[in-house]
Amino acid sequence: MLSHGMKQTGSISLNHLQGVIYAVLNPWVAIGILLLLAFFATYMTALSWADLTYVLPATSLGYVMLALVARFVLHEHVSPLRWLGIALITGGVGFVAGGPELTKHPHANEPTNKTCAVTASPPFGSAQGKLLAKDARNGAPGVEV
Amino acid sequence: MKSIYTWSAILAIVFASVIGDVLLARAMKQVGDVGALWRRAGLGIVIGRTLGNPNFLFGVTAMAVAFFSLLFALSWGDVSLVAPAAASLTFIGNAVAAKIFLHERVDQRRWIAAGLVAAGVALLAG
Repeated sequence: MLSHGMKQTGSISLNHLQGVIYAVLNPWVAIGILLLLAFFATYMTALSWADLTYVLPATSLGYVMLALVARFVLHEHVSPLRWLGIALITGGVGFVAGGPELTKHPHANEPTNKTCAVTASPPFGSAQGKLLAKDARNGAPGVEV
Repeated sequence: MKSIYTWSAILAIVFASVIGDVLLARAMKQVGDVGALWRRAGLGIVIGRTLGNPNFLFGVTAMAVAFFSLLFALSWGDVSLVAPAAASLTFIGNAVAAKIFLHERVDQRRWIAAGLVAAGVALLAG
């Protein structure tokens, strides 16, 4: 969308930087920027739930989607090497998705202060118990998460 | 000589991207579960805590450095070299950095995944 919009806007000269403002007002560019912001927000949210080494390979499915859209919507030619790339990425994401999404640190369930001890005292295995323990840890100053 | 410039810029992209990703991941772990925080305190608090986190700000700065390094790299080298090399090396670099700095448990499964995705991205972007 950004590419489509920028091609409509035309090239921007360093001497006429007000062209950037016109580019942002282009609906395609504006939608492209909004979608990029949405990607960033969802990426940040995913990082709050799972490890970086879990989230990052998963986001690479975007490359696969792009190639599939190019093949089946835009009817572009996708070479065998690229199909191999799609297979490797899909296999990699499958590998990482089969494991745990978040590393449990040794001190993760240890009470670090009174609040944590109280909130996390119910069964540690429960999702709510972990959540409360994590929230309490985040509120405790000087605690490495 | 030009290839030295290109590879320097590619390494700069990888270095800055990895730093950015690690700092952003650390920031979000400090902010905590976004869904739970949103339900408990509202969207404004989630945005405020995220934007006010120093790791987040440094992470975004590192990402901006990576972006401008990409522009430099593209001005010196071909996109068919810069894009796959930078993307695949970033995946490997992130796995190493996450293990060292975020103390994530990068087991065999995740190393294989990082390797497969890096190879796949190199083939797709090349």
